[in-house]
Parts: sequence; structure tokens; C-alpha cells
Amino acid sequence: MDQFYHAVLLDRDKCMGCTTCLKRCPTEAIRIRQGKAKINKEFCISCGECIRVCPHHAKISDHDRIDVIKDYEYTVALPAPSLYMQFNGLEDQSLVLKALLELGFNDVYEVSAGAELVSEMSRDYIAEHKDQIEGPFINTACPSVVRLIRIRFPDLLPNILPLKPPVEVAAEMALEQAVKKTGLPREKIGIIFITPCPSKVAYARAPLGVEKSEIDNCIAIKDVYPLLLHHMKKLAGSEDADKLMSGKIGISWGARGGEATGLLTYHNYLAADGIENVIGVLEDLEDRKFRDLDFVELNACNGGCVGGVLTVENAYIAETRLKRLRKYLPVSKQRIEEGQKEMIPLERDIEFQPVYNLGTDIKESFIRLNQLERIEKSLPGLDCGTCGAPTCRALARDIVLGEASENHCIYYLKEKLRKVSDDIDGLDLSINCSQEGSLQKVRDFLGKIKEDIASLDDGKDEYEG
Amino acid sequence: MGENIEFKYTVENGEFQRAGEASSDVKQKLKAMGVDPSIVRKVAIAMYEGEVNMVIHANGGEITVTVDPDKIKMVLDDVGPGIPDVEKAMEPGFSTADDNVRSLGFGAGMGLPNMKKNSDNINIDTTPGKGTKITMEVDLKEA
Repeated sequence: MDQFYHAVLLDRDKCMGCTTCLKRCPTEAIRIRQGKAKINKEFCISCGECIRVCPHHAKISDHDRIDVIKDYEYTVALPAPSLYMQFNGLEDQSLVLKALLELGFNDVYEVSAGAELVSEMSRDYIAEHKDQIEGPFINTACPSVVRLIRIRFPDLLPNILPLKPPVEVAAEMALEQAVKKTGLPREKIGIIFITPCPSKVAYARAPLGVEKSEIDNCIAIKDVYPLLLHHMKKLAGSEDADKLMSGKIGISWGARGGEATGLLTYHNYLAADGIENVIGVLEDLEDRKFRDLDFVELNACNGGCVGGVLTVENAYIAETRLKRLRKYLPVSKQRIEEGQKEMIPLERDIEFQPVYNLGTDIKESFIRLNQLERIEKSLPGLDCGTCGAPTCRALARDIVLGEASENHCIYYLKEKLRKVSDDIDGLDLSINCSQEGSLQKVRDFLGKIKEDIASLDDGKDEYEG
Repeated sequence: MGENIEFKYTVENGEFQRAGEASSDVKQKLKAMGVDPSIVRKVAIAMYEGEVNMVIHANGGEITVTVDPDKIKMVLDDVGPGIPDVEKAMEPGFSTADDNVRSLGFGAGMGLPNMKKNSDNINIDTTPGKGTKITMEVDLKEA
């Protein structure tokens, strides 16, 4: 799979070409071309902000439909911890697990169980390696954050805690169990994650730090929610908490700060949520502005995973429910067993992708930066987005890279129109009807104006794609 | 190879919340050039410390950053009180910051030492009562 795969799609019929997503994309990955929002896949980190803000619901997540479970002989559901927090009044998440079986899954493996293994491994890893890096470790649970670091914060790549995200650990454990239990070949077993966000969909299809993910499909919390609700009503009262595979630490990963508190012994941590806040923290980390931090937990969504765009409940209400669910749970139900330790670390380093570089080498980049600065100064600086780029600087960059022209700027066009009008005034003065050849002069002039006006519209269609 | 690129910034007096705006802007620009991350970091830290100093001590001032193909030059110019004892100010931990400044997380006495550590060349031209002009250079090597 393309390492720049992104899990956000556009419904072209619904897209009005407005500037809402353009302005809110944290990596400036969107341009409006030919009246439609176009994503630059190299910049997109699948955070889902555009899906969240699109007033026309034209941005959609590329997750799988629920009937994908029919493609396999045996399926295991991997519920994200945030799934439990969608239900009002839920006291015991085993009801959710039972409802998943009613829905047609053959087995369930809680992602929160994988999370507890990662928590334990993180404690050990940080203790052993803390002195070997400059600055704190950064978590890998949010794939959008990892993608952001690899395109924008290369200096922080060594700080990434090189452990798999809980969903991957859960997928591998679930698969191992399923093979053991059924004896079926790999392709007949479906490991299906119930995801709060498109970011995890992008991870499953094009993982970073892992050769291939064992997650076969991702279905959205919002799609299973009404179906689960139906079964949960019927099953109410038949909970069996003994079946749970995880405790407080595991399910707490579903909301902000959960991963960090699961470290137990490390109190010098920072937990930031919301993509703009995450970027702010990464900028400061890069400048070494924070001293004495051991761990940094970053989540692209407000509130953590409960704030994912594929959830149904308000993130903060979900957080309150987490507190209630946690109340009677043991601290943790998982311990790393023999042979599991080797499975948790990432399989390879995450490499820097210099997609923001202006040129292929420093010389070319230097020349282009020079051009960019000049062009930016000539633009009005309103950052209106009408040109199809989020800011004047972004348009200047596009122009330097040959992806747009100055004519995209409506203020630039206005200026050009004014010049045409001035030319007409000039013609008025220079014509004397009695003079020989005046008619020809008028004809030539009209021809020139026609060309000028036509040129105003250039670039509107040539930079499609 | 084209002319040098110059960026100018005005640092406002007492605006702690804005200290770092100029260095952050330079950082983004150097990144777009594909400058090696370790060099970007040196420039960002050296300039940030200088910027904070201007806010705290010097009633603000002007910063001019020049990028040429070989190096990045930062000139921080102020009309503040000057540095009475440059040698002492260079000692790690030496600080004249008051509690108000320290409560904001500044004033650890690492400003000038950090500027020296993160630049390949530093020159401090200061006259008590007149002002200070600090010139720092960071070499640009192809990564």
C-alpha cells in the first residue's frame, strides 16, 4: 500500500468548493481546484478535521461497511475503548462485547487488553531508554500524530516511543488465538477493528513502523452503534464482568491522558489533545522548550479517541462515562507473558518524508524560497482562500512550484481589470474620428482588450488534477 | 544562486506571550528550504533566547535574519541598557531576572550561554546605556 495513503474521500457531487475545509486543514493539504476540494495526499495525515467541519458532508471517511464480516469464515471484533463510552448508562462493558457477538462476530478481543500490554511495555522501555534520548518519549497511539511528525518534525523522530499502537497488538493477539482455536488459514479469518476515526483506517491499510497490519478491516463506531444498541436492549441484565479482558488502565486509553496515567510511575508527563494544540506542543518540543518531561501523550482529536469523527457521542460526555465505567474495574487485567515481549516493539524506524521542502536540494530550495517571499509580498495578505489555497503564502508556494498562477488571486485580477479600464480611457483620448485609420486602431484595441480579459481567466482550468 | 534572503522582525517590549514568534517564523522558512533539522534547531534556539532577552531586558528591538547559501546570520539590535559585564552574563546560570519574569518560566540564566552554544560564531557589541547588538552565525551545510 502507498505509504501516503489517506482515509479521507470526497463526494464530488456534494462539495460546493467553499473554503471551510481549506482553512481548517492543519497541514494545508487541501486546495480548491475547479470548484472542488482536492487533497494533497503527501500532506494529509487523515486526522479527519475536514470531515468534522464540512457543512455539506462532502468529506467522508474511507472505512469499511459492516457487511464485510460476511467475507470471512471466522471474524474477531476489536472494539476500541472509546466504543464503550458511547452508551448512556452503561455500567459494565461486557454488555457491549456480548452485543458484538449477537451482531455476527465469532469472537471479541478488546483493544483495551492490547493497551494494557503496551502500557506495561512502555513503563519498562522508558525506564531502560530514558537516558538515551534528548527530551521525552512521544506516544504512537494516534496515527495522525505519527504521520505529522514524519512530515513536519523530523527532529523528533528519535523521540517516538517505538512500540506498536494497542490496536495492532490486539490484532496480533486476536489472530493468534483465532488460528489456534479454528485451525483456519489466515485469509479465512477476519480481524475487524471498530474504529473511532479515519486515522486508524489509514494506519490499518498503510501502517508506519510495521511491515503489514494484521487488521483486515475497519468499521465505524457510528455504523455499529445503532445495531449494538438494539442488541444491548435485549441482552440487558446478562452482563458478565468476568469475561472482561481489561481494567482501568486499558479502557482509559479511550480518552485524553489515559495512556499517560497508565504509565503509573512517571508523573512528569504532558497530555495534549486537539490537532492545533498537538502542533503547538511539537513546535515547543522541537525547540527544546520543555525540560524534565519523561513522556508526551498526543491525540489529534479533542478529548482523545472519544473525540474521533466516527464516534456518535459528545467527547466530554464520553469522558464522564469513562469515569463511571472505570469505577469498579481492577487496575489492569493483563500482564506481559512469555513470548509477547518481542511482539510489541515497532518493526522498523519511521522515516522523515520531506514533503514540505521547496526543492530537491538546498540550492533549488533557496532560489524558490526567494521567489516565494517576493510573490507573497505582492499578494494582498488577506488569506481569504478564494484562490483555492488556504493562505496567501500557500498560494505563493503553489505558484513557485508551478501548481497555480497569480491569476488565481481575485485581488490580482481586480488590479488587472483596472489596468484594462485605464487602457480604454487612453484610447478614448487618442482617437480622432476624422483621422485616417482610426477604425483600424479601434479594432486593434478591442482585440487587445479581448485578449487581456481572456487572460484573466487563465489558470482557472489548467491546474486541474 | 540569486541574492540573499533577508527577514526583518520587530520585537515588542514586554510582550512575553509573543516572544518566540520571530524565531518560529524563521524555523518554518528554513524547514521549507530543507535545511538539516539539527541546523534548524540551532538557529531556532539561539534566536529564541535572543528574542526573549530583547523582551525582558532591552525594551524590544529589531532582528534581521539573512540567509545566504553558506550560512544564516542573525543580527539582534536593541537600544536597551546594554550588558555591563559580558563575561559574567555568559556564565551558565547567571541571571538578573526578577520574580515576575521567572514566574513566566524565563530567567534561568541560560540565555547567552545557549546562544553561544547554538551558534558557530557570536559577536556581542554592547555599550552600557546605549544598547546591544548581537550577531550570530550558523553554518549551513548540505545535509
